[in-house]
Amino acid sequence: MSEVICKAIHGDRFSGLFSRDFAWEHGVMCRLSIFFVAAISCLFSPPLHAGETGKSILNSRCVSCHNLKGPAPVTLAALWKRKGPDLFYAGNKYKHDWLVSWLQKPERIRPAGMFYRDHIKPGPKHDVVDASTLKPHVSLNKRDATAVADALMTFKANSNLVASEKLIPAPTPIGEMMFDKIYGCMACHQIEPGYGGMSGSEAYTAGKRLQASFMLSYIKNPQAWDPKIWMPNKHVPADNIQQLVNYLIDLSKEDFSDEQ
Amino acid sequence: MNNKTVLLMALLLALMPSLAMAESARDNYHTYCIQCHGMQGNGMGVNIRDMSVQPRDHTDTKTMSGRSDDELFKVIKEGGLSISKSVLMPPWGGTFTDNEIHDLVKYLRTLCKCKYGG
Ligand code: HEC
Ligand code: HEC
Repeated sequence: MSEVICKAIHGDRFSGLFSRDFAWEHGVMCRLSIFFVAAISCLFSPPLHAGETGKSILNSRCVSCHNLKGPAPVTLAALWKRKGPDLFYAGNKYKHDWLVSWLQKPERIRPAGMFYRDHIKPGPKHDVVDASTLKPHVSLNKRDATAVADALMTFKANSNLVASEKLIPAPTPIGEMMFDKIYGCMACHQIEPGYGGMSGSEAYTAGKRLQASFMLSYIKNPQAWDPKIWMPNKHVPADNIQQLVNYLIDLSKEDFSDEQ
Repeated sequence: MNNKTVLLMALLLALMPSLAMAESARDNYHTYCIQCHGMQGNGMGVNIRDMSVQPRDHTDTKTMSGRSDDELFKVIKEGGLSISKSVLMPPWGGTFTDNEIHDLVKYLRTLCKCKYGG
């Protein structure tokens, strides 16, 4: 095999121009170097290989809870049965690097779980989250997490929903006021650990987790992504959606590690 | 096409959306409303702790009978601001069909055991 490749690269010219010994030596070197190149490329450039590993992990260990093919639930019955977030548009939703680190060290994102109603109970002052019903998420080693993240980034459903979304970075002096008072987003989303609503995902990490174009599109029309989701369309004008997303990105840069 | 076929098709068309998507008011209430109005409809939802205005207690006969069905329909579809109430009550027009909202108004009347004006 390497014989053929070496011949193809160098042709027969060595045998004519140089001594037979040199030609033989070079032949060995060539074969050796091809062996090394092959070995090294197996070690260091595994994209195709990893993509396959990622997909096979997803299909064996994740598909029982995550929808990898779509569509999103269109009936309540299907919504209630959903065990984990839909991943079939992952490539248009998540940031790759966040996926790699979260999959190795998953931390809760939805304080009341996937479908909040399954994880609440009446409390003395108001309904409360029943933490005993919430399970920790499986974690992956670094290699598998990277492979899975690579594979997830190729899941590009709903590209039409983000195609025209573009964030114009700008300071947001009234971002928090908008999120809290003007649009009431805080009713369902926490803006710091332990402060805000429980039925939506935590807002203070959204900017770390999510692509800006996804957030712009989701706030504009949550039902376009997830027809039965319990986030209402608040009909926020485009300019203000820009401000809200800029706010979420700024918020996610704050350090909340010492809280809660 | 004869008249019968047209009639049949019209009937099918009219039935289709309701077959495809109408959810019962009880199911809608217990998916979308209880996050704020509470598992028992008493305004004590899991989201309320940090709210500046507390959600309506739907079992409160006195206040609920002060609202007409039209007002209830409007506040569900267009949100609190549409009847000069809190922005924390969102507009659900993008989530429910008008029929589903009418059904929710009827459902609220069973929770408060009341009708408009008494
Ligand atoms: C037992 C069910 C279950 C299995 C199995 C499972 N997940 Fe999850 N996954 C969940 C739930 C529930 C959440 C939401 C966690 C939260 O909000 O805190 C989640 C969240 C995620 C998220 C974050 C998405 C988001 O929008 O918040 C990713 C990424 C993810 N899972 C990937 C995986 C991968 C990869 C596997 C397989 C190795 C896997 N999951 C296996 C239930 C599961
Ligand atoms: C009635 C509750 C509710 C209100 C009010 C609400 N949301 Fe949401 N929001 C949700 C739920 C539920 C999700 C879906 C979480 C999931 O995918 O599991 C969500 C998802 C999101 C996401 C995607 C986050 C993620 O982690 O995937 C963003 C961004 C967001 N909301 C922003 C907003 C903004 C901005 C407002 C105000 C204009 C708002 N939300 C109002 C409940 C709400």
